[in-house]
Amino acid sequence: MAMLQRGLKTLARRPDNSAFKQQRLPAWTPSLTAHTVLPIFFCLSLVCMLLGVWLLITVQQTYQLKMDYTDTNSCSKCFDLRKNSSKAQEICHCTVSLTIPEDVMGDVFFYYGLINFHQNLRRYMTSRDIAQTLGRKRSLKSPSSYCAPFNYDENKVPIAPCGAVANSMFNDSFTVNYHLRDGSTVPVPLYRKGITWYTDKNVKFRNPKSSNETLAQIFNGTSRPLFWQKPVYELDPSDPNNNGFINDDLIVWMREAAFPNFKKLYGILNRSERPFTSGLPAGNYSIDITYNFPVQYFRGRKEVVISTVTWFGGQNHFLPIAYLVTAGLIFVTAAALTAVYLKVGKNGKNMEE
Amino acid sequence: MTIPKEIPEKWFPIVLPLKRKTRGLKGSPKLKRGAEEERKVKANDREYNEKFQYASNCIMTSKYNIITFLPVNLFEQFQEVANTYFLFLLILQLIPQISSLSWFTTIVPLVLVLSITAVKDATDDYFRHKSDNQVNNRQSQVLINGVLQKEKWMNVRVGDIIKLENNQFVAADLLLLSSSEPHGLCYIETAELDGETNMKVRQSLSVTSELGDPNNLAQFNGEVVCEPPNNKLDRFCGTLYWRDCKYGLNNQNMLLRGCVLRNTESCYGLVIFAGPDTKLMQNSGRTKFKRTSIDRLMNTLVLWIFGFLVCMGVILAVGTAVWEREVGALFQSYLPWDPPVDNFLVSAFLSFWSYVIILNTVVPISLYVSVEVIRLGHSYFINWDRRMFCNRSNTPAEARTTTLNEELGQVEYIFSDKTGTLTQNIMTFNKCSINGHAYGEVIDTPRGQTKKVEPLDFSAWNPLADRDFSFYDHTLLEAVKLGEPAVHEFFRVLCLCHTAMSEEKSEGELVYKAQSPDEGALVTAARNFGFVFRSRTPSTVTVQELGRPVTYTLLAILDFNNIRKRMSVIVRNPEGRIRLYCKGADTVLFERLHPCNQDLMNITSDHLNEYAGDGLRTLALAYRDLSEEQWEEWAERYRGADRAEDCREDRLAAAYEEIEQDMMLLGATAIEDKLQEGVPETIAILTLANIKIWVLTGDKQETAVNIGYSCKMLTDDMTEVFIVNGHTVQSVREELRRARERMMESARSRDGGKEVESQGWGEACSFGNGFGTGDAANWTQPKEKSSAPPTAPPTSILESISGEFALVISGHSLAHALEADMEREFLDTACACKAVICCRVTPLQKALVVELVKRHKKAVTLAIGDGANDVSMIKTAHIGVGISGQEGIQAVLASDYSFSQFRFLQRLLLVHGRWSYLRMCRFLCYFFYKNFAFTMVHFWFGFFCGFSAQTVYDQYFITLYNIVYTSLPVLAMGIFDQDVPEQRSLEYPKLYEPGQLNLLFNKREFFICIAQGIYTSVVLFFVPYGVLSQATQSNGTPLADYQTFAVTTATALVIVVSVQIALDTGYWTAINHFFVWGSLGAYFTILFTMHSSVLFNIFPKQFHFLGSAHNTLSQPVVWLTIALATVICIAPVLAFRFLKLDLKPQLSDTVRYTQLVRQKKRKPGGRAGRGLGGAGSSGGGALGRLGRGGSRRSGYAFAHQEGFGELITSGKNMRLSSLALATFASRHSASWIDTLRKKKHAQNAQNTPPAATGDSSPAPSIAPPLSTSSSLTGPQDTTPEESRQASLDAAPSNGLGDVPLSLMKSPEAESGGCSLGAVQEALFGWRGVGARISGASSPGPPPIAEESSNAV
Repeated sequence: MAMLQRGLKTLARRPDNSAFKQQRLPAWTPSLTAHTVLPIFFCLSLVCMLLGVWLLITVQQTYQLKMDYTDTNSCSKCFDLRKNSSKAQEICHCTVSLTIPEDVMGDVFFYYGLINFHQNLRRYMTSRDIAQTLGRKRSLKSPSSYCAPFNYDENKVPIAPCGAVANSMFNDSFTVNYHLRDGSTVPVPLYRKGITWYTDKNVKFRNPKSSNETLAQIFNGTSRPLFWQKPVYELDPSDPNNNGFINDDLIVWMREAAFPNFKKLYGILNRSERPFTSGLPAGNYSIDITYNFPVQYFRGRKEVVISTVTWFGGQNHFLPIAYLVTAGLIFVTAAALTAVYLKVGKNGKNMEE
Repeated sequence: MTIPKEIPEKWFPIVLPLKRKTRGLKGSPKLKRGAEEERKVKANDREYNEKFQYASNCIMTSKYNIITFLPVNLFEQFQEVANTYFLFLLILQLIPQISSLSWFTTIVPLVLVLSITAVKDATDDYFRHKSDNQVNNRQSQVLINGVLQKEKWMNVRVGDIIKLENNQFVAADLLLLSSSEPHGLCYIETAELDGETNMKVRQSLSVTSELGDPNNLAQFNGEVVCEPPNNKLDRFCGTLYWRDCKYGLNNQNMLLRGCVLRNTESCYGLVIFAGPDTKLMQNSGRTKFKRTSIDRLMNTLVLWIFGFLVCMGVILAVGTAVWEREVGALFQSYLPWDPPVDNFLVSAFLSFWSYVIILNTVVPISLYVSVEVIRLGHSYFINWDRRMFCNRSNTPAEARTTTLNEELGQVEYIFSDKTGTLTQNIMTFNKCSINGHAYGEVIDTPRGQTKKVEPLDFSAWNPLADRDFSFYDHTLLEAVKLGEPAVHEFFRVLCLCHTAMSEEKSEGELVYKAQSPDEGALVTAARNFGFVFRSRTPSTVTVQELGRPVTYTLLAILDFNNIRKRMSVIVRNPEGRIRLYCKGADTVLFERLHPCNQDLMNITSDHLNEYAGDGLRTLALAYRDLSEEQWEEWAERYRGADRAEDCREDRLAAAYEEIEQDMMLLGATAIEDKLQEGVPETIAILTLANIKIWVLTGDKQETAVNIGYSCKMLTDDMTEVFIVNGHTVQSVREELRRARERMMESARSRDGGKEVESQGWGEACSFGNGFGTGDAANWTQPKEKSSAPPTAPPTSILESISGEFALVISGHSLAHALEADMEREFLDTACACKAVICCRVTPLQKALVVELVKRHKKAVTLAIGDGANDVSMIKTAHIGVGISGQEGIQAVLASDYSFSQFRFLQRLLLVHGRWSYLRMCRFLCYFFYKNFAFTMVHFWFGFFCGFSAQTVYDQYFITLYNIVYTSLPVLAMGIFDQDVPEQRSLEYPKLYEPGQLNLLFNKREFFICIAQGIYTSVVLFFVPYGVLSQATQSNGTPLADYQTFAVTTATALVIVVSVQIALDTGYWTAINHFFVWGSLGAYFTILFTMHSSVLFNIFPKQFHFLGSAHNTLSQPVVWLTIALATVICIAPVLAFRFLKLDLKPQLSDTVRYTQLVRQKKRKPGGRAGRGLGGAGSSGGGALGRLGRGGSRRSGYAFAHQEGFGELITSGKNMRLSSLALATFASRHSASWIDTLRKKKHAQNAQNTPPAATGDSSPAPSIAPPLSTSSSLTGPQDTTPEESRQASLDAAPSNGLGDVPLSLMKSPEAESGGCSLGAVQEALFGWRGVGARISGASSPGPPPIAEESSNAV
């Protein structure tokens, strides 16, 4: 009733004369006229072209070498050995040699690559306990069920780090040797740390906090992942601070790849010593591999990749070529549109009624 | 608690709005509806009546109360397939083996959607509660224990006696017991019920009418046994048992809810039906949930998408099966299958469901809620529109339904009520022709122009004048003042010959109660010109003639009926002279004129044509002097007929016929049935927008057709107007068939001999100007520039006819035409016509017609009306519009949109509707596009992730994409977008066409959007894939990790769809800018927040994308990738849009372009001329006033049913006191008049009626073509040639042969007619009337010659 009375006041119900309510808001009404579209197309084409050329030139400066060592040379015996899972604990070494024809200047990155290894499977990706690797003690002792069946071993002892991701960690190790012309061999020094995202190393992965216990004590009561040869606190014998969940190799592995063929950073050339101060000199190299990781189960391949980077990353031909192709197509389109416009739509003739 | 029992009824999706409210009845729930076979009601006995548990007078249209709201509303919402589907998804997600997304990705949007809908429903219901309360809390006076008590409507019970006062709404269906008026009469207006605004009379049983005062009524304990509640408005059948007597009851005794008591001080009634049982409520029917065609299309598309989704799911499941068998099985050492999965097939099965969950975003959950929000916005714009606000009634337009807006942009058929919708239902005396002189021309074209001409001021001269009356031609007033006898006699007819009642509350304050507004207008006109009807008794009429009171003895009222189409009174003036005054349809009257009126008749006929051309309602006036003997002789016969037991009607009619002969023509009146403002313009514009307008009215044919002309629905340019008026199935079928043949014929002849045809029609037409008005051929004008394509294939000829045809069909014919076997035929015929008028249709028929078109034409229909009789039609049509601001609110309550002026319809459709449609279509296109672009990426990723149902994006992105990142820009577009400014929509009605043709969003457009979306998804997946799988960060870390890929793709997606919305938005307001940029900003803000270490440390498992945003987006290569993807996605779209605009511009593009050019040139001058160039040219023509020589004549303007003549003469409707007085007075006056009369009339005994002109009279050819069915359907058979011949024959013989003869005869032969002079001088003191009349008629030949020359 009250509302009715209010409504009866004269013109009380008259709508406001605001631009918003009357739909008269000032507005920009763009139109796809030739004067805007055609220049846009030509500009786009030009920009893409320039970018493409620039990127192509940049990419040419990078060097990348890939080496599949799955069953090449001496590794074939290890390959065969790993077929038999009962001999998983047997250590197998092999060596592959490679030649770098020219000096590789600048920072050189060593990657290991896996082909046809699906780190991007849904169940694989969820099979980890982020709270555990963050160092939450409760999760350490009672891993998330997402980790199943890799959360407890057969004795119901919790696994740390749990889950399929950690369990399947790539555990080949490489030693790169540079063969000088004189026949002597110089090991190529690699930084094996600092190869992770800063946030991963410092925030995402933490060891369980403890003031006075050693790592081994902290991890007491947990078992190592089934496929691992060493417990997590002994991953890096050389550096006690690189053990536990904050081990760089583990962190690198735990950052799952988006595609089944991927490479992961293994190490960065340490350029502090000669002859590697300016990069990898040309010559023969050999890589000693501790061949642990079996790939024949899933018909996978393993490779090592040596690469340099520029300002926009490693060698990547796709991007410049894609830019160049796009530039070309846009140019053709722009030309066609211009032709159509000149023939049909010039001076807005088509707009006349 | 009775509430739970109510729920099942509500659980049907179609909710009966008028649910019986069961609370408050001593806790006894009564749900046994339909079981009632007979209703027993005992007056003043609540206890007895409560046994039957009749419905109380409380109406309830609301759906929920506070307790039931949540469960019922949720239940209703989950009846939406979409919501159930998402619930199902939610359940799926709880299964760990399937769950590919966390539960919150679904539940957050679902809860959002449900709560938004719930809030909306709650608000709606709140307002329904409010309006229910308002109605239920109206006060009425109930007689309880002998005392009148104020009670709320809802507390009125069946069996109560309630008191009604003047101008009150009737609260329930009542049995009229007694009234303050004599004989238990009361007057009601039933506009709410059937839309008829004339007053109706109801009478109580005589036994109860004596009860009178409350004390007696309190003792009344009669019992009524009657039929159970039904929806038949015009029927009631029951019996009253009282004091051991039985009294039959019928509809005449009933006052129905919704009626308004008029001109009756008060009355008492017994409540028979209350609340939902009342006939009004029974008629309001169920609320159908209206869906728009876009809704239906959307639902279809969503089903298709479901199909598509299942297909994708199957493909991916097959992929899973293959992959798991080939690869996954080998990979088991690293990732064993889940325990329940023992082989790849099970895995594939699970994967299917997982993918259904992931890909469900192709059926966007936010689609429905966004659509609702947009519609809500559009509704607000309608509510806010100042140009749809009526200052006079202080009513803004109101979108009462928020779900139909875009349908407003697709309307093809408008069904309009007439009274109160097209017209204001105000009759004004506009023009008249007196004795060959036309008055009132000054106000020729008042519409549109500023009224500089001041209306005449009557009050100074005539204290009794009605101040509301306005007339502009001062010559008429001067003629009255000069005392021109014909003018005086003219007004004397008006003030004597009617059945109106006058009420004089205080001195000089007269109120007329007329049975039809026309009559009221005429009496009021006479009043203002100094012939004031003051009062009447059964046998006298007292008139104040130019300040001098004169009492006439009323000898007889020869009342109107629709066959006679005229009414007469026979009065004796104080001098004793008897005269018959007659007013009636010119066709009827002209046949009964004395031949000496030929000249005057021709002139008047011309005037009538003119008036009719302006759409005025005309009446001709005549009188006849009667000698005492003639009167005596006739009175005897009349009494005999009156007393006759059998065929009383016929015999009375015959008697009337006898006396209404040889009359002398006085002139004609023209009454304007005032159209609402801007109606013709609106109709013209809507017609130009290709909308067909059908008028469905309860009015009679002539009135309806008249209005059709005055609002330019029918024009003289029309090729033909078909009248279907048959009473039998055969005749209707035949008439329809004939109409189609005619149409086909004309189409064919247009194809073939265009030359010949136009000539032929042209000739026929020129004849039509003068005499041949009866010919159907005269409806034609040469319409060379018809829009009909000359090369129409003859097969689909009915479809292709766009010639100017119109169809008028009457209610009884419609009843046959709507039968199953004929409806198709009717529809085809009607739809080929430009305008269709259905007259005398019942509310149900209105609904049936709408339903018919709706069912067969697949077109969007809109019904507009103001009265309760339009409710059914309003509810049936796709869109119902109610005219508000009038007294009735039934139509408004049933409507989807309401405003107070018909002309707002053009804005509603052409501006709001068009925009709504456009916006909705753009919105939908974009929405489907963006969701496909978003979702299909998962599909492609499936091929790289072992079909494991891994998502590409972060789950938060999936959750927020539709509800945060992309919702607002598209909402802003959906709400604010405009392609052309509003003025242009009205200037170019053709802009409306895309909506009708469904061009902007249909299956084709949908596929284009989908294709574009899929293309985008391909680009969005494969470009980052190509780049990132190889790339590394500049610090050497590979970029191919999952999280980087996810962030890159998501960012690219958000940017691409933002660019796309920027392209789609045609009207960039600040809000659009804000939303587009804001969404992008929000995306990045949320992205960085979610990937921050703060959140990660709190919820490590939820926010494990820690650092991805920073790590990814700081890489130039990522931005290069995003830029590349954007360019590849957008460039083709841009190219296609440009090409489309360049090669095939739409009208809107053109208008927009010209607008742009105009803005640049900043030349305001060019605007009007150019703007109207496209549309205005034809519109201008149509809007102009019809030229002279309209070949059509309006019919009789009276309401259809018999007036109060009998009530008056029997004195039934006079108050007892005044009656007594009057009889005394009349007896007194009669006595002296009698003596005088006897003396005088001995001399005038030999008034021999002159020979009737009979067949040779020009009447048939002048007869308005629409007055009777025979005169209309007849000529349709004749070809133009024939009819022309007929009029040729008629013209010379009448015009040149007879008239001079009759003129020559006149002086001596027509003592009763033309040679009135002497008698008049003797009796009335009208000096020189005769001379004047003959003077006026003597220059007869010249006008006739003129006309003949016109004709030949």
